[in-house]
Amino acid sequence: MNVTEKFTPQTWPEHPETATMEGKNKFIGFWLFLAGETVLFASLFATYLALKDSVPDASHPLAKDLFSLPLVFLMTMILLTSSLTSVYAIYHMRNYNFKKMQLWFAITVLLGASFLALEIYEFNHYVKEFGFTFGSSAFSSAYYTLVGTHGAHVTFGLGWITALIVRNAKRGLNLYNAPKYYVASLYWHFIDVVWVFIFTAVYLIGKVG
Amino acid sequence: MVKKWRPGLSLLFLMLMLAGCGEPYLSTLRPAGEVAERQYQLLLLSTGIMVFVISVVVIIFIIVLIRFRRTKGKEDYIPEQVAGSHKLEIIWTTIPVILLLILAVPTLAATFELGDLEEMEKVDKDGNRESLVVNVRANLYWWEFEYPDLGIITSQDLVVPTDEKVFFNLKASDVKHSFWVPAAGGKIDTNTDNENSFYLVFDNDKANEAGNIFYGKCAELCGPSHAYMDFKVKALPRDEFDQWVKAMQEASEVKPVSEKAKRGEEIFREKNCLACHAVSPNDPRPENARTAPNLADFGNRTRVAGYLEFNEENIKEWIRYPEKFKPGNLMYEKADLTEEELDLLTEYLINLKVTE
Amino acid sequence: MSTVASKKGIGAFIWEYLTTVDHKKIAHLYLAAGGFFFLLGGLEAMFIRIQLMKPQNDFISEQLFNEVMTMHGTTMIFLAAMPLLFAYMNAVVPLQIGARDVAFPFMNALGFWLFFLGGIFLNLSWFLGGAPDAGWTSYASLSMRSEGHGIDFYLLGVQISGFGTLMSGINFLATIINMRAPGMSFMRMPMFTWTTFVASSLILLAFPPLTISVFLLMFDRLFGSKFFDVAMGGNTIIWEHFFWIFGHPEVYILILPAFGIFSEIVPTFSRKRLFGYSSMVFATILIGFLGFMVWAHHMFTTGLGNVANAIFAVATMAIAVPTGIKIFNWLFTMWGGNIKITVPMLWALGFIPSFVIGGVTGIMQAVAPLDYQLHDTYFIVAHFHYVIVGGVVFALFAAAHFYWPKMFGTQLSEKLGYWTFIFFFPGFHLTFFVQHFLGLMGMPRRVATFLPGQGLDAGNYISSIGAFLMFIGVVLLLINIVVTSVKNKKVANDPWGDGRTMEWALPSPPPYYNFKQTPLVRGLDTWWLEKMEGNKELPPAEPLKDIHMPNNSILPFIISSGLFIAAFGAMYSPLNVVGDGKPWGVPVLILGLGIMFGTMLLRSLLDDYGYYIPKEDLVDDEGKGGRAG
Repeated sequence: MNVTEKFTPQTWPEHPETATMEGKNKFIGFWLFLAGETVLFASLFATYLALKDSVPDASHPLAKDLFSLPLVFLMTMILLTSSLTSVYAIYHMRNYNFKKMQLWFAITVLLGASFLALEIYEFNHYVKEFGFTFGSSAFSSAYYTLVGTHGAHVTFGLGWITALIVRNAKRGLNLYNAPKYYVASLYWHFIDVVWVFIFTAVYLIGKVG
Repeated sequence: MVKKWRPGLSLLFLMLMLAGCGEPYLSTLRPAGEVAERQYQLLLLSTGIMVFVISVVVIIFIIVLIRFRRTKGKEDYIPEQVAGSHKLEIIWTTIPVILLLILAVPTLAATFELGDLEEMEKVDKDGNRESLVVNVRANLYWWEFEYPDLGIITSQDLVVPTDEKVFFNLKASDVKHSFWVPAAGGKIDTNTDNENSFYLVFDNDKANEAGNIFYGKCAELCGPSHAYMDFKVKALPRDEFDQWVKAMQEASEVKPVSEKAKRGEEIFREKNCLACHAVSPNDPRPENARTAPNLADFGNRTRVAGYLEFNEENIKEWIRYPEKFKPGNLMYEKADLTEEELDLLTEYLINLKVTE
Repeated sequence: MSTVASKKGIGAFIWEYLTTVDHKKIAHLYLAAGGFFFLLGGLEAMFIRIQLMKPQNDFISEQLFNEVMTMHGTTMIFLAAMPLLFAYMNAVVPLQIGARDVAFPFMNALGFWLFFLGGIFLNLSWFLGGAPDAGWTSYASLSMRSEGHGIDFYLLGVQISGFGTLMSGINFLATIINMRAPGMSFMRMPMFTWTTFVASSLILLAFPPLTISVFLLMFDRLFGSKFFDVAMGGNTIIWEHFFWIFGHPEVYILILPAFGIFSEIVPTFSRKRLFGYSSMVFATILIGFLGFMVWAHHMFTTGLGNVANAIFAVATMAIAVPTGIKIFNWLFTMWGGNIKITVPMLWALGFIPSFVIGGVTGIMQAVAPLDYQLHDTYFIVAHFHYVIVGGVVFALFAAAHFYWPKMFGTQLSEKLGYWTFIFFFPGFHLTFFVQHFLGLMGMPRRVATFLPGQGLDAGNYISSIGAFLMFIGVVLLLINIVVTSVKNKKVANDPWGDGRTMEWALPSPPPYYNFKQTPLVRGLDTWWLEKMEGNKELPPAEPLKDIHMPNNSILPFIISSGLFIAAFGAMYSPLNVVGDGKPWGVPVLILGLGIMFGTMLLRSLLDDYGYYIPKEDLVDDEGKGGRAG
């Protein structure tokens, strides 16, 4: 593939992410990867739901004792917004507007980072206030594993998108890196969807159900 | 090619015929009760269907090999490239479906009938349970049998009445095991998480045939001594069983009769054996305190350590060095007892009898 | 292989294989590594059979027996059978669909190195304090209590190699979806490609549950979580569910490609197209689908209740139907054909009755009440060896002989091949047929010994004799490989003479870019079609032009090594249940992960656009067999 080829917004293909064979492979391969990730998270959700009320005795906190919905709601809003900003970024990628794309991805990273910061605060709060650690009970292990795996995905996504932004800052947009941006945004949406399920299955059901 | 292994196979069948169908006290092929019988019938039915399937395949296979081999003069022959045949495909889809239905109906019936535990909860007008229930607790390499309605606890040898349903509640106290008396019926796992229940029936005539003792085994890998985690089932007619129950209920602690046994008892206490092993069938301690087999009726045990022949020499050997016979067991690796102490202890143990 | 080495020197040879991203060379790597682990697993099997040759044998101790038995199962499933199948998939699938490589050559190499280092890690347990001893199923209550680091080696090793497998699965899916040559529609794909496709989908959906359950157990053993600690609210049945949600599809991940291999061999040597191709495709997909619906039939005695047992019993029986369709399709492919009994065909012929026996005993176990008797006995051992040896291993042997010319350019000795069969096939039946009866006569599986006087002596003795015959068969195969490699007599494109699919249109072995011009596919059995029309090569779908190729890279090896190092750190975490945590545990874990992620970052920061083979060079290759045909 020719990476030095210069484009204008007019010659830039409508779907740059699948304009090359490599791009097509990345596109399909990544969707397959996400299918695997879905099963992975489904397994974690199943584990969590099986163990969510499993503590050795009443002195161990359960979901209703721990969670504070306002904080989690704020986290949810931040992450949902970051998904939206990554949609803008891809919109600008399709229009061959490199600068705006970079900007919107940078905003996405900032939002993601603040989500992560809140999550770290949240975990820290549970450990400090409730002595609720990874090894406290089967419930605590399941909770930290599910939410923590999501958090690890967020961290990885942040590192990935940042690497893309930095690496391509001088190179600009081409058919070699457009699929990479696209796939990273897919990944980001996926993380977001998983969070919606976590919000429902862990926090809402924990607090209300 | 088929011919090549046919003599080998028939030889194999012959040897199996000679070996019979296993021992009456162990083999699933010699069912000794309603449950095992039912499962054996299913075995015969399914084997019948499967032998039919295998025969059809092998017959076609042999015809193909005989008729369609590449022979001299046919080296360049190119057969017709047949794409398939809907008629044939429908046939070999429908016939298996029918065969499976024939198998599925009795499977479902037996699943629900053998899994029916309603009788277990039935009580008479005084609120006493009508059927016999045994709580089985599997431990690293030994079995505990508690009769909750009779107030009896015993280990290693399970005693049951014949010709009636015996219900079991089963669980494990350390790792997962599985409770299996092949001649009397299938196994069920003893989980660490929950209690399982099922029932078995021990046929009186078949029990006589097997010398009134059935072999029980642990069927789930549980550690190095998995293979030695055997137990025995004494199946007695109801009146004999009642006598045994009465004797067990009335037995408090057995008093040693001989001088030797008395000194053995002292050693038993001194060496702190009592901390784990109860010598009364009415052990009042909770189950997590009962960390070793109950020795109340030890003198009547069929085996030492579940699988060794019951004699003085084996008892001594076992006490001296249990690790040799059941590696990984939780007693101790090696005893610090003198020869004399061992003699006395053995004398005491061998006289621990509730019934003669 | 050996010729390359003598030309370039051993260092260059090793470097080439460490860095290669060529699917054909990765196939060689999978074959060598999988073969090595197959021999290890085979030796372990011999230890088992020697120990069980007579009652109360003391050839190996009970603890060692448990380790050997665990490693035999784990090695054979994860490190031998699957990688060997990957070897043939890598060697053949891109050629069968007319592709120049797989979709992600870099990831292909990464998948291999993860699998290989995971396998090495697992086997290091032998030297570092003892191997895992809780069976390949590693049920949670037992594996949590296991002393020493054996189970940790199992968990970390399986995890690492599992990542590799998952990558390979995604890779084959993307390859088959995207890289097919013009005209190669899904319904023109060879059966081996089809089965690879379905097996890869199963990998994609079945491995994540394994990943999760292994993580959970790893966290419990190494980092103090409480998933399986009943006293803390944990539940060990979760492990059983996850393990079998993975474990049952795993069986089909193994057997479907084996079916695919036989679906190539049977038509080739019957000189007749596969009977009922579309029903074969349909059956493959259906088996894959049903494979996910039946996991609890491994847990009938766990106590899930009558309703669950009934549902899973019937669902399991349903799988018999598509499997039966396949058996009859193979039989009717041969019916009316012109059958030549070569070594690959011999294995295919041996497979049919053997696999049918293994299949029907599977149906017997689906009868839930009957399974209460059969479960965890030697009947089960007999059953799954009938399907996995009689199905998968026979396919691996068949494929070794069938594809050896395409992979190495020379042909394994047919004569020695027959001798392998003559020892292995009867040995196999001798070993395992009698085990059905041992199980029915009351012998539980996984016992380190058995007592005399229980009617089990004769059967076990016969079984062990059979194992020795199988052993001789494998030794003969090894001799065959050595002799053939030394002779190295080159063969032509289509050495069997009746090749039907596109790989046989290429030279043996094919040039590194596979097809000079991407071929045009005009129908099922593409190459057969062209041959019948008198064509000597495949019609091209494009003009001769420059070919884009990926660069070799050492990074996959480094990424895998990072994970390998991290695994050591994780094992000596201060929180581990063994209680021998080291202060360097966590730092080494971080170091290893740092190497891994750092290398991944390096990979994405570096520009690696690959290179082009100018079309002029391709013209120069003329006569060296570089043409599409």
